[in-house]
Amino acid sequence: MKKNNIKLMQGNEACVEGAIAAGMRFYGGYPITPSTEIAEGSAQKLPRVGGKFIQMEDEIGGIAATIGAALTGVKAMTATSGPGFSLKQENIGYAAMAEIPCVIVNVQRHGPSTGLPTSPSQGDVMQAKWGTHGDHPVIALSPSSVKETFDLTIRCFNLAEKYRTPVILLLDEIVGHMREGIAIPDTSELEIIDRKKPSQDDKDYLAYKVEEGEYVAPMAGFGDGFRYHVTGLVHDESGFPTNSNAVADKLCTRLMKKIEDNIDDIVTYEELYMEDAEVVVLSYGGTARSAKSAVKKAREKGLKVGMFRPITIWPFPEKQIKEIADKVKGIIVAELNYGQLVLEVERVVKGSSDIFHIGKVDGDIITPDEILSKIEEVI
Amino acid sequence: MDKLPHIWCPGCGHGILMRAIAKAIENLGLDKDKVCIVSGIGCSSRAPGYMDFNTLHTTHGRALAFATGVKLARPELEVIVITGDGDAAAIGGNHLIHAARRNINITTIVFNNNIYGMTGGQYSPTTPTGDLGTTAPYGNIDRPFDIPKLAASAGATYVARGTAYHANQLVKLVEKGIQNKGFSLIEGVSVCPTYYGRKNKKGTAVDIMKWQRDHAVDIKVAEKLSSEQLEGKFLIGEFKNTTEPEYTEEYQKIIDRFIKER
Repeated sequence: MKKNNIKLMQGNEACVEGAIAAGMRFYGGYPITPSTEIAEGSAQKLPRVGGKFIQMEDEIGGIAATIGAALTGVKAMTATSGPGFSLKQENIGYAAMAEIPCVIVNVQRHGPSTGLPTSPSQGDVMQAKWGTHGDHPVIALSPSSVKETFDLTIRCFNLAEKYRTPVILLLDEIVGHMREGIAIPDTSELEIIDRKKPSQDDKDYLAYKVEEGEYVAPMAGFGDGFRYHVTGLVHDESGFPTNSNAVADKLCTRLMKKIEDNIDDIVTYEELYMEDAEVVVLSYGGTARSAKSAVKKAREKGLKVGMFRPITIWPFPEKQIKEIADKVKGIIVAELNYGQLVLEVERVVKGSSDIFHIGKVDGDIITPDEILSKIEEVI
Repeated sequence: MDKLPHIWCPGCGHGILMRAIAKAIENLGLDKDKVCIVSGIGCSSRAPGYMDFNTLHTTHGRALAFATGVKLARPELEVIVITGDGDAAAIGGNHLIHAARRNINITTIVFNNNIYGMTGGQYSPTTPTGDLGTTAPYGNIDRPFDIPKLAASAGATYVARGTAYHANQLVKLVEKGIQNKGFSLIEGVSVCPTYYGRKNKKGTAVDIMKWQRDHAVDIKVAEKLSSEQLEGKFLIGEFKNTTEPEYTEEYQKIIDRFIKER
């Protein structure tokens, strides 16, 4: 790696760099604070690499254009913040149902409604999981640093391509607007996954025919010479709609299983001082930075405290948290909301460890000292 | 043929409108692999499910936004949008005016049956004032949109209206719309005997077709008629045909600037 590749940038800028490195060649979006720099960066950089940027007339149009572009074979992304994330939900569900790979970035801001547009929050964690109607799995990743924003944006594209699904990058205003020096690796050093395509001579190509032992079908781009139908209706292997209960069950179950059966491939996390920990702080995204600082201070004081940071928020790292709960006497969940991911922790732990929560809804960050005093109270 | 029978009601005009599109594509000799048909939700929007192209049935009102992504990402595709009056002018109204404003090379055919058919006959943005719908049981007090006028004033460069009755003319209008290098909108006045027709006592599908025959006046003919003679009539034919810079070509010019730099 060349030394002069180290640059000072915001999380939002790193997201654009990561997306282009992953192969993004289309961006469709709408301006919204605090995600706008992602649109601005994409507008500036995409035409320079032969890609396309379009500012659509609204948030819904932003994701619709993104899905349309993805269907022609390009890697496509849209970015937004709270209110826009709400508006995009219907089409996120469409992409899940029609199995169109794409990346949706949500730079979380304070809410509900217009809230505090420039203040941080982690209030969209449950919306990321349950925001659409109907039942389908979700992949959402949440970075804690500018460099990790770069890395996870690439990973979002890789997972989208691999599993033919929309993937959500759950940023927050803290990381989105924070500036850090990061080294941009050479493209040759990156693992980039591209969707599987049908072989050009596949005369019997069916867009949704999944081979035995596989979870997704190869995906032809519109215009590649394979004519097929795409719909949000329940559809059979050919892509055409059907009212068959058996086909509906097969399709919806497969959509679930392609994520559920691959949890170990999708879930990533970070652990710190876990070997002898009696109490664990669980935190993610920007808040995990305060948590890490608090845990380090606690260790300096001789307190046996560890930290667990889910990097993959959805699917939730259930297995890992169950194991931790069996070993420790308390888990402190620190998140910038009134209590969202803590509900998942409680569900998974089922009482085998005490659960404590530090939340905040005033638009300010959770400080390391606030977490430290909770640690001292619990231990 | 294995997709037939279609879901449309007996007497529905949508099949005639769909045929006009298929015929126009055939007449122009377009490569089927390079044609992409995009639709939204509603009776109209089920048409792509019976057509052998790259077909995309999207969410309600969003056909043009999806189509914009398809066209911009892959401009060599001939992108045709099939939408309804509710899909295009109510829930999708914003996308319609902005696609027209951009003059992106997409041909939109609005299957106008003056009603929400799929959901059972609610009044739409083109239901005439005073007419009945299941949600306008005492008569519709809304004023209807003239969709071609809306598209023309928003910046569409080719605008026309045809009817299910004037089927051959419609083929020509769609052909010219596809040939226009920019945003084209053709309204196809359809027939809905099941909901709009029955609710408003318009008679059988044939009666409604005869009404179209007797009340549609070509714009060229209309120019020679007095306002009294045009009372109660509606215009069909080619309303606008101009040339303006096309969106995907303008974007390509930006990309080309950087290719030269490299």
